[in-house]
Amino acid sequence: MNIFCLGLSHHTASVSLRERFAVEDGKLGEMLAALRDEAALQEVVILSTCNRVEVYGLAPDPAAAARVCADFLQRVAGTEAEFYRREQAEGARHLFRVVCGLDSMVIGETEILGQVKDAYAAALATGATGATLNRLFQQAFRLAKHARSQTGITRGAVSVGSVAVELAEKIFGDLTACRVLLLGAGQAGAGVARSLQSRGVRGLIIANRTFDRAAELAAELGGMALHFDRWQSVLADVDIVISSTAARGRLLSPDELKPVLTLRGDRPLFLVDLAVPRDFDPSLNEMEGVFLHDLDSLQAMAQRGMDARGREAARCEEIIDEQVREFFEWACQRPSRSPVAAGS
Amino acid sequence: MERYLLAGSTLFYLLGFAHSLVLLGAGKFRLGRFNFAAIAAGFVLQTAFLYHRGHDLGRCPITNSFEILVFLSWSLALAYLVVGTTYRISLLGTFTAPLVFGLQLFALLLPAAPSAARRGRPDGWLELHASTSLVAYGVLALACVAGVMFLVQERQLKMRVPNSIFHLLPPITTLAEAMRRLLWLGVGLLSVGILSGFFVGLPIAQFKSGVSFLVWLVYVGILFLWSRNTVHSHRVAQCCVGAFLFALLTLPAMYALGGHLSK
Repeated sequence: MNIFCLGLSHHTASVSLRERFAVEDGKLGEMLAALRDEAALQEVVILSTCNRVEVYGLAPDPAAAARVCADFLQRVAGTEAEFYRREQAEGARHLFRVVCGLDSMVIGETEILGQVKDAYAAALATGATGATLNRLFQQAFRLAKHARSQTGITRGAVSVGSVAVELAEKIFGDLTACRVLLLGAGQAGAGVARSLQSRGVRGLIIANRTFDRAAELAAELGGMALHFDRWQSVLADVDIVISSTAARGRLLSPDELKPVLTLRGDRPLFLVDLAVPRDFDPSLNEMEGVFLHDLDSLQAMAQRGMDARGREAARCEEIIDEQVREFFEWACQRPSRSPVAAGS
Repeated sequence: MERYLLAGSTLFYLLGFAHSLVLLGAGKFRLGRFNFAAIAAGFVLQTAFLYHRGHDLGRCPITNSFEILVFLSWSLALAYLVVGTTYRISLLGTFTAPLVFGLQLFALLLPAAPSAARRGRPDGWLELHASTSLVAYGVLALACVAGVMFLVQERQLKMRVPNSIFHLLPPITTLAEAMRRLLWLGVGLLSVGILSGFFVGLPIAQFKSGVSFLVWLVYVGILFLWSRNTVHSHRVAQCCVGAFLFALLTLPAMYALGGHLSK
């Protein structure tokens, strides 16, 4: 098998190095043509994302072609780097692992599949692919779909933001009608607010001790800024409160919340406490209709999601093994005019 | 023949429950069609049984404890098929199937369930009264199931790290809405059942009318307090479970002490 993969990723290179090697969309066609000529590649696909830059190629001498590709990429980037190289079956296996999200920073993330599809489409459009890479990539896309449906590799929340969204959806169902109050304008709280917005939350109120910072973040997230000393006045109208202030004492106690709950009627209230020390009295969770989660519980749930995906990764690897074998069987049955030889 | 229809129906409910349990155990539960299909198949066989029984009797087949239990489980399955799918809460079936299965198995195990024997000309009001009341009980049973699911999911949401069932249960607001609609439907049907009882051309036993009115009053009270925001969904869910268990416990006594249907 004369397929090879050469690249660098978040496993091997820092973000500052990866950004030097990143290929702009507008230059991809030019790069493909230049690389194909210089390394005498029969077929080539370049994958460039924020976490990886990889070249998938087909050449009579893959080891030599990979060395030329490395030189080419370093010359374009203007810096040197350590590339990993996977040849023959390992090259195919690497692509299959990438599309399934097994090689991603967050195992099972699905964005990579779209990025690989785009990279392949760009190569196909410029005529840089042929029968072998066409088959390899199309099989990879089918595999990714199959792995998603047959394993739990993409299931479960694996970040604090996604866990908060999952909990909110299990309380309110549809989040589009939910209103969110963000206490503090720190990055952690803003991140969770963004996650909620990505699931349809429209109303966002931001209260911060420094009002200008609240106004700045409100402008950025499309919310409304509020003076910090007035946040309890809107408590009856919001559904989710995310708190990440640097307050030394508790911001909310059961005695303070009790009259607010009377005003709220039967509507549940979801409190997300990201602050250390905690902003909300833990006993609030014992009140009817109130659901309180702090940083520890959110992180524990995210870790459990990661562990679950890790277990599913083993099942995914088994499917990948089968697919690598299937690809090689196909490759071996091809007529001899093909550059593909028996794989390892 | 009738007995086989009922046994087949019970088997389908057991299949639906077992299938969901296996999937839950393997962590692979999906909102699939198997559970729905199993309950639907069980329901069809149950309906065939009740039709045969009713045909032989020449009236609605609710003349003894055995038939009442079967009719009640049929009502519950009917409510699930109509309401459960509407709200797309397929996991509701996981909780409904064992309840229907249990009721029906109990009916099958009842000693010497009497065979159907044609009796006198049926009273239309009596048929309406008895059948509507039992369908109402079926709907309220489903409200009880939704209540249990609500309490389980609420407990999960209060835990620091919920169990895997958390992912499979619907949002609590959806469950609360299901409870609300089922309660209204159940109370509406129960009201029709009680009202039609007054037109039955037979004397009404005081115990029976008293208990029926008490059950009706409990449910109306829950709805009234809930609509006034005096009680929270949590309490409503508890009441749905408690009230139905109470109603279920009084049901045999009502028919034993005051049942005109056996006359």
